[in-house]
Amino acid sequence: MRGFLPVLAVLAAILALWVAAVAPMNARQALDVAEREGAAVTPAESRTRFETPVLTLMLRNSGEIWRGYGLERPRLPTPWQVGQELWATTGEMALEGRAFSKRSLIYHAWITLQSTFWGFALGTVVGIAGAIGIVYSRTMELSVMPWAIISQTIPIVALAPMIIVLSSQLGIEERGVPKAVISAYLCFFPVLVGMVKGLRSPTAEQLDLLRTYSASGMASFLKLRLPASLPYLFTSLKIGIAAALVGTIVGELPTGAISGLGARILIGDQFGTPLAIWSALAAAAILAGVLVTLLGWAQAVTLRRMGGGR
Amino acid sequence: MTDEPAIEARDLSLTFETGDGPVHALKDVTLSIGKGDFVSFIGPSGCGKTTFLRCVAALEEPTGGTLTVNGMSPDEARRARAYGYVFQAAGLYPWRTIAGNVRLPLEIMGFSRAEMEERIERVLDLVDLQGFGRKYPWQLSGGMQQRASIARALAFDADILLMDEPFGALDEIVRDRLNEELLSLWSRTGKTIGFVTHSIPEAVYLSTRIVVMSPRPGRITDVIESPLPRERPLDIRDSREFIEVAHRVREGLRAGHGDVL
Ligand SMILES: Nc1ncnc2c1ncn2[C@@H]1O[C@H](COP(=O)(O)OP(=O)(O)O)[C@@H](O)[C@H]1O
Ligand SMILES: [Mg+2]
Repeated sequence: MRGFLPVLAVLAAILALWVAAVAPMNARQALDVAEREGAAVTPAESRTRFETPVLTLMLRNSGEIWRGYGLERPRLPTPWQVGQELWATTGEMALEGRAFSKRSLIYHAWITLQSTFWGFALGTVVGIAGAIGIVYSRTMELSVMPWAIISQTIPIVALAPMIIVLSSQLGIEERGVPKAVISAYLCFFPVLVGMVKGLRSPTAEQLDLLRTYSASGMASFLKLRLPASLPYLFTSLKIGIAAALVGTIVGELPTGAISGLGARILIGDQFGTPLAIWSALAAAAILAGVLVTLLGWAQAVTLRRMGGGR
Repeated sequence: MTDEPAIEARDLSLTFETGDGPVHALKDVTLSIGKGDFVSFIGPSGCGKTTFLRCVAALEEPTGGTLTVNGMSPDEARRARAYGYVFQAAGLYPWRTIAGNVRLPLEIMGFSRAEMEERIERVLDLVDLQGFGRKYPWQLSGGMQQRASIARALAFDADILLMDEPFGALDEIVRDRLNEELLSLWSRTGKTIGFVTHSIPEAVYLSTRIVVMSPRPGRITDVIESPLPRERPLDIRDSREFIEVAHRVREGLRAGHGDVL
C-alpha cells in the first residue's frame, strides 16, 4: 500500500491536466453555443473566429469559457462526462439486465477480451517456442532473431488490413481469427525477447554444475533454464498482454468490424461522437490495467511459491 | 582396495587458443593424489588451479599428457559419479529449498524417492545443517549456503571432492569454523579432497599435501608433504611445524614469482 500515494498523485496530475485542456480544446464550440443563445461574443460569427487564435478568444470572452465544460458533443469531453458515459454504457445497462446488448461497452469489451486472450495465448506459445529454438540452436538464432526484429518494425496498422483480407480469402468467416493473429503478432515479440534472456540467465558455473552430474539436455532445461527464466517470463507477459490488447483493437479498426472496443472507436469517429470514442478508450485502458494487474498478481504468487522471499 | 591413486596426472598440458595467442594454462603437470589424501592447490591467480580441477572433472579437455581418475578417463569417472564439485559461489537454486537443492543431483541421477530423503537427511547432518532443509537459500548466511553446497556435492557418495576456493568469499571467522568442520568431515568420510585456495594458513591447516603452483605457463613448483598429524585442533596453527610448513609454502610461492619478475 506504500506505493499507493504516488500512483494517486500521478493520477490527480493527469486529471488536472485533462480538465485544464478542456477549456482551450472546446473554446470555439463553447463560443458558438454562447452566440446561439444570445450572448455577446467578440469577434462575432464562427467563421471570423477561425482566424483568431484560441488563447485570444479565451481572453476576450473569459465569461463564456465555462460552457466548454458542458457541451453536448465536446471535442474533448471532461473526465466526468467520460465517467458518466462509461457508467451509462456499462453499469447502468448491467443494472437494467442489458449488459450484453450491442450498445453496451461490456459486450464490446468482452468481444475484445476474447480475441486478446487468443492472441495472447498464441503469441506466448510462439514467443516461448521461438526463444527455446534460439537458445538451443545457433542456426535458429541467426535465422529467426533478425526476422523477429524486422517483424516489429512494420507498422501494425499497415499489416492489419492485409491479415484480415488474407484470412477472408482463405475462407475464414470468423472475424476473431485475424484479430487474434494481429494480436499475437504484437504479443509474441516481448515474450520472445524476455524468454531468450531468461533461458540464458543461468551462469556458466550453474551449467557446469549440471554437467558434473552428467545431466541430459532435457534435465538442464527443466531443472535450471526453465525455472530461472520464469521471472523474466512474467515481466514479458505483462508487456505482452498489453500489446495483445492493442493488437486486437487495431484489428477491430479496419472497415467491417461492428463489435469490439476498436469498432466503437471507429464508429464514434464516423458518427462524430467523441464521447463514445473517449469512453471506449477509457474502457480499453481499464481493461489493460485489470489484465496487467491480474498477471502481476499471478507473478507474485508464483514467485513466492518459488521461494522468492525478502 | 588397491593402492591405485585417486587422481593421476602425467605431463598434463592445456593450452587455450585465444584471440591474443595461446595461453598455457597448464604445462607438464605431473601429480599423483592417493586415495584419502587432502591436497591443496595454492598459487597466484592464473596459475591453472581451476583449470586443473576442471580437467579432473572433465569440464575441460587437456591438450597433452594423460589424466586418470580412479583409474578411468575423466569422462568415465564422471559417469561413474567419482567426484562432487564445489564452486566458489554456492550456486544454490533460489527457487529450491535447501533440501531441494541437495535433492537436485539425486533427481538427475534417478535415485528412488525414499533413498533421496534418506540421503538428504544424512548429508545435511554431515555438514551440520540438520533442521534447515525447508529453508530457502536467502534465509541462510553465506557460510551456511556453502555448507549446503558441500552437502549437495556429497549427496551421491562420490569418493572424491573437488573444491575450488569454496570459502574464498567468506569472512575469516566463518572460514575457520568451516575449515574445522571440513577436516572433521574428511576424517569421518575418508574422501579424497582436492582443494584450491589463496590462503597459506588454510592450505597448511587442511592438507596432507600442498601443491604450490606458478603461472605463465601454469606449472607445479613444489609439493610439500605435511608433517602435521591428521587430528588437528585449530590451535595447531601456533605450533612450530605449522609455521615451518607455512614458511616453505611462502618460499615456494616467492620462487614461482621470481621467474616472471
Ligand atoms: N576458457 C578459457 N579460455 C581462455 N583462457 C582461459 C580459459 N580458462 C582459463 N584461462 C586462462 O588460463 C589461465 C589459468 O586460469 P585458471 O585455471 O582459472 O587460474 P587460477 O584458477 O589458478 O586462478 C589463466 O591465464 C586464464 O586466463
Ligand atoms: Mg581459479
